[in-house]
Amino acid sequence: MTAPSRLPKPPSGGLRTLSWRRQALYQGLCLFIALTVLFPIFWVVSLALDPRDISRPDGLSIIPPGASLQHFISAVEEPTSNPVTFWQLALNSFILAIGTSLFSVAIGVFAAYAFSRVRFRARSVLMLAVLAVLMLPAVATIAPLFILLNQVKIGDFNLRQSLVGVGLAVVSGLLPFAIWNLKGYLDTIPKDLEEAAFVDGAGRTQAFLRVILPLAIPALAVTAFLGFVAGWTEFYFSVTFLNDPQSFTLSVALNGMVGQFATTTPWGKFSAFAILFALPVSLVYIVFQRWIVGGLAVGGVKG
Amino acid sequence: MSAPALPAPRPAPPAPRRPRLGRDWKTALLFLAPAFIVMGVITFFPLAFQTYISFTEFTIKYIRPGADPAPWVGLQNYEKILSNNLGIPNFFFVRQVIYNVWWAVSNVAIHVVLGVAIALLLNVKGLRFKRFWRALYILPVVIPPIIVATVWRNMFDTQHGAVNQILAGVGSLFRIPAEAFRIDWMRQSSEVFPFLPDDVSYFIPLAFFALLAANTWLGWPLNAVVATGALQSIPGELYEAAEMDGAGPWQRFRNVTLVYLRPAMIPYAIYGFVVTFNLFHLAYFMSAGGPFGRTEQLVTQAFRLVNEQRLYGVAAAFSVFMFFILLAITLVTNRAAKATASFEG
Repeated sequence: MTAPSRLPKPPSGGLRTLSWRRQALYQGLCLFIALTVLFPIFWVVSLALDPRDISRPDGLSIIPPGASLQHFISAVEEPTSNPVTFWQLALNSFILAIGTSLFSVAIGVFAAYAFSRVRFRARSVLMLAVLAVLMLPAVATIAPLFILLNQVKIGDFNLRQSLVGVGLAVVSGLLPFAIWNLKGYLDTIPKDLEEAAFVDGAGRTQAFLRVILPLAIPALAVTAFLGFVAGWTEFYFSVTFLNDPQSFTLSVALNGMVGQFATTTPWGKFSAFAILFALPVSLVYIVFQRWIVGGLAVGGVKG
Repeated sequence: MSAPALPAPRPAPPAPRRPRLGRDWKTALLFLAPAFIVMGVITFFPLAFQTYISFTEFTIKYIRPGADPAPWVGLQNYEKILSNNLGIPNFFFVRQVIYNVWWAVSNVAIHVVLGVAIALLLNVKGLRFKRFWRALYILPVVIPPIIVATVWRNMFDTQHGAVNQILAGVGSLFRIPAEAFRIDWMRQSSEVFPFLPDDVSYFIPLAFFALLAANTWLGWPLNAVVATGALQSIPGELYEAAEMDGAGPWQRFRNVTLVYLRPAMIPYAIYGFVVTFNLFHLAYFMSAGGPFGRTEQLVTQAFRLVNEQRLYGVAAAFSVFMFFILLAITLVTNRAAKATASFEG
């Protein structure tokens, strides 16, 4: 956890301890809550490991009889009926995610600094413009982006049908988010530090690059990670814009498996695919939870 | 949103006026230029273009580069949306708006209450394994929403879903045949509570409860994180003082705990309201808006208008409506937040 862990811990236990009855009651409650939290996760793991893929599993077991990695193998080799492997899908998702997130953070941090520190005319108007965009969910801009990106055609290349086009659509919402999130963090850095740099004769740009930017690295990393997750799992634009299976992303394949037009879902393969899809970002979340979850509680990526 | 976990923001010191305003204007421009040039092209221009095409009959015909411009139709798209006259089955605009508000309110109420209750449980003095439970409870948050939604789609599957199988398992203890639990969670359209009037029943189909269950699983943990932060900022002496003044457990909860929780939870509840209002994946993947469009949200409808119907002009007008609805929500909730912020903490 974030904020709590930084506070000095009050002496726990000490004089007031729980009677063992209460302790047992509360632990039982905690265990029950934990089971509700864990159940869907266990369920998917169990489906992914069950090689039988029968229409009605005959019981609820975490490790089904004859557990195998067969579904994982088929989810990697041929996740959908399209001629594209999991690796190709993952590579496309990765390129989309890393490109949009790094780009947004790299140019967003400059704007965030200007909003946080510099007083200039039109500051409030520009900030309102960013906020108004943030208020509108990304889905609500899909029509104009589709049309405009579709106008860019060079020979056989259509911007709308390419990952670059999807990336531009993603940045359209991610950049305002990055600016706002980073501004929130820069606001918390004491101004004295820059003042000291000014006294030493540094200009704005130098103070920003030498003093503020190094201090903002954790916030940059968290913002970049949240942007990465948004790109890694991006759905609306990829599904609507992309036509060529070779440029499909993981979400497009997932939609092909369980979307509303999927008639029968191979649940075993779906579960294996979902685990492979979620695991990379979930692991990063778990390892860096302390930093990320605090940021999540304050604001989220628009999506 | 300000950081909700902070107990009392200290007033910002007055910014020192430096004699470099002119130069600052130039640096600001330099720093803002890259982001605003990019946003100008891919954010602000598309939004302006969106407003323009909302007044045209922009259909698939006009999408090709070099096609004729779509004909100007004035407010026709807006009128068609308001009068449910789009030629799309199960499109009821006003009902969708009402359902969407109801969806967000009901979810957030449950998230906040559960989050606070569980944070209180984990804040009991002398409770063992606190860190372990807290770390475990955060798991729903770390899974990407699209995966959460598709997994819960499976959980409520009629044939293969865990929920029906658990119910059948429980039912077998009472000798109820398993066939009784082939519940079609997402498509059953008959009313869940027959004694309620039809106008109320419309907004709570069976699919609503399935969506509510999935979103409760997803939503309470972050509320518990925020509540825990607020609880740990309460000075222990306050409880001792209250106890010495003869306050019982309920009075201590009302006059100490709640007073500290409120300034943290209200901004977060407002934030949660907006997130839940715009929550796409659950409604899209689990119920697909069904039965008969009754769990359709504005975001899923906006997506369908482009992705399935390819009515770009109508979708643009729909997005303009969404913008104003969200603006109204933002203004109302900001007022509510200010009104409650004056509450002495």
